[in-house]
Amino acid sequence: MEHKLLATLITGRTIEQGVGKEKGKGSEEYFDSCAVCFFDKSDMLSLGIKNGSTVRVTSKYGSVIVKAKKYRWGTTPGMVFMPCGSWANVVCGDETYSMGMPLYKGFPVEIEPAPDQPVLTLEKLLLQQFGRNSA
Amino acid sequence: MSKIINNVVCPICGCLCDDLEVTVENNEIVKMKNGCAVCDAKMVHGYKSEERILKPLIRKDGKLIPVSMDEAIKKAAQILADAKYPLLFGWSSTVGEAQRIGVELAEELGSALDNCCSVCHGPSVMATQEIGIPAATLGQTRHRADLIVYWACNPWASHPRHVERYTAFTSGRFESSEWKNYMQRLKAASGRKKMEMASKRIARVEPPIKPKVCFTGPPPQMLEQKPGRKMIVVDVRKTMTAEIADYFLQIEPNRDYEVIEALRCLVTDQEIDVDKVGGIPIDTLRDVADAMMNCEFGVIYFGLGMTQSLGRFRNIEIAIALARDLNRKTKFVISPMRGHFNVTGANNVFAWQTGYPFAIDFSQGYPQFNPGENTAVDLLKRGDNDATLIIAADPGAHFPSVIMQNMMKHPLITINPDMNAISRLGDVVFPAQWCGIEYAGTAYRMDTVPITLKKVVEAPPGVLTDEELLSRILKEVRAIKIKRGEPVGQTEITPTHPDTTKPSPTHKTPAKPKQTKKTKERLK
Repeated sequence: MEHKLLATLITGRTIEQGVGKEKGKGSEEYFDSCAVCFFDKSDMLSLGIKNGSTVRVTSKYGSVIVKAKKYRWGTTPGMVFMPCGSWANVVCGDETYSMGMPLYKGFPVEIEPAPDQPVLTLEKLLLQQFGRNSA
Repeated sequence: MSKIINNVVCPICGCLCDDLEVTVENNEIVKMKNGCAVCDAKMVHGYKSEERILKPLIRKDGKLIPVSMDEAIKKAAQILADAKYPLLFGWSSTVGEAQRIGVELAEELGSALDNCCSVCHGPSVMATQEIGIPAATLGQTRHRADLIVYWACNPWASHPRHVERYTAFTSGRFESSEWKNYMQRLKAASGRKKMEMASKRIARVEPPIKPKVCFTGPPPQMLEQKPGRKMIVVDVRKTMTAEIADYFLQIEPNRDYEVIEALRCLVTDQEIDVDKVGGIPIDTLRDVADAMMNCEFGVIYFGLGMTQSLGRFRNIEIAIALARDLNRKTKFVISPMRGHFNVTGANNVFAWQTGYPFAIDFSQGYPQFNPGENTAVDLLKRGDNDATLIIAADPGAHFPSVIMQNMMKHPLITINPDMNAISRLGDVVFPAQWCGIEYAGTAYRMDTVPITLKKVVEAPPGVLTDEELLSRILKEVRAIKIKRGEPVGQTEITPTHPDTTKPSPTHKTPAKPKQTKKTKERLK
């Protein structure tokens, strides 16, 4: 049976993402802290996923595979959080409402379990999205 | 031989903490004291990581090849001079001296000029232009604020020392630190949890499931009874900042405008006909409004949760209006939590050079300001520009991919010290020195106080500062235009390098005026 979750996505900063970005965008810390999506416990149960499972996050603008993590202070089912970074960018939108600010917070996404699908590293993600990287 | 340098300024976030103690051994930072985890990651590890770019690179046949600095500068100048409408974007992680030359380059090219502000606090700047802002420096809030409201921001993650240095956990002249109270609360909570677990084991009964409510923490009435500083956090999700606050108000996403408008109604004694606003009962909001009105010096710090939610700059406008209304009852200020360490500087430098803080267009030969049209994301969405220069920023990691795909259709020049996401995508990739580590300069703190960054170590040989690099590109662009017989600007570029080892002119004690015979007689 296919499980899907319709949720509201918020992207933002985490302290781990801050440390990762300063250590280098190619660092393990950056990958581990950014290629993730935080869930409320009840959403993880309904999707049938565990901490560390891979999930596919899809919006009107794109789709990306990331690791699922339980949000420490999860109080709101139906709201998911992704640290800002190249992985979250894939699903963020270009709608600015004529104010220069694209869609980073509070837009609908669809989430489904994606077992056995790899989470792309930064280099591979850039190659997939833009057809080039630092190689 | 190791050397300890005191009062080093941290070049990462808008707090610009200026109390770092850095130990340097053999031209390398080996230890850093007083900074946060993010500061440690950059100052001790990140700045000398393997990701550092040491030579200019040019993309040939899809691969980045090392080239000489002269070749890279010529190539970049040629791309910019050939383009009809280039976009110069970034500027938030470099110093004011480089931003000044950037404005000159934009004017010479007739290009679009924008800074990271357009995807962070651009709406805050627009709201300030509309309605003004009752602001204060961080020193003021440190010494005087007895009510601190963090609205839609999580300083624990984005500005890790903000609470510790400027608000609730710092001892000011008139207000004391709340750190001990917080620790007591933490111990009490931990004790309570242990008791609950023990009773669960003894009784073998599942504790009743607590109903999920829109707010957590103690009841808001506690705010009036509690002595000392009070901290309220308003956000759509619970965070570590919410955990340390006295009261946390969890509102529905994209409902900031409604909740603030309701608070305004309550502050101005108007009736509200609904029971809930943004998921919050009116009675709860009334208690929060009372706490705001009964404080002596209140401050609202707001973050990207407001500027990036629906309503954008209208959210900020209404928040500023709330601060204005509160000023009729007590003293209240409001301030944005600026992200990059010198994004405020980019706004200030652009504003005193062109009249506008961001989203500037030079295509007519004079500066024009039109957010929504000249802002980088809108411009790239429409596909108006035909070349891009990114300096001291990483839109590769922070712009939506659909926007970046448009940027990739045209040549891309990048100037960044390390191989971040945008440098990985560049056609001409310049290395640069780390400002605040390898060269000195001026940066503006989030409250628009200018602070001089220090030079701590020497830069690798051959790597230029942003300022020198931009000056050389500008010179080359002018040479190309002169060859084509086009008019060029006349200003002479004089790079400035403030030497922080010498005392600044303001620190010089003025010489006493000599007393002449006449003045002596007068005094007699």
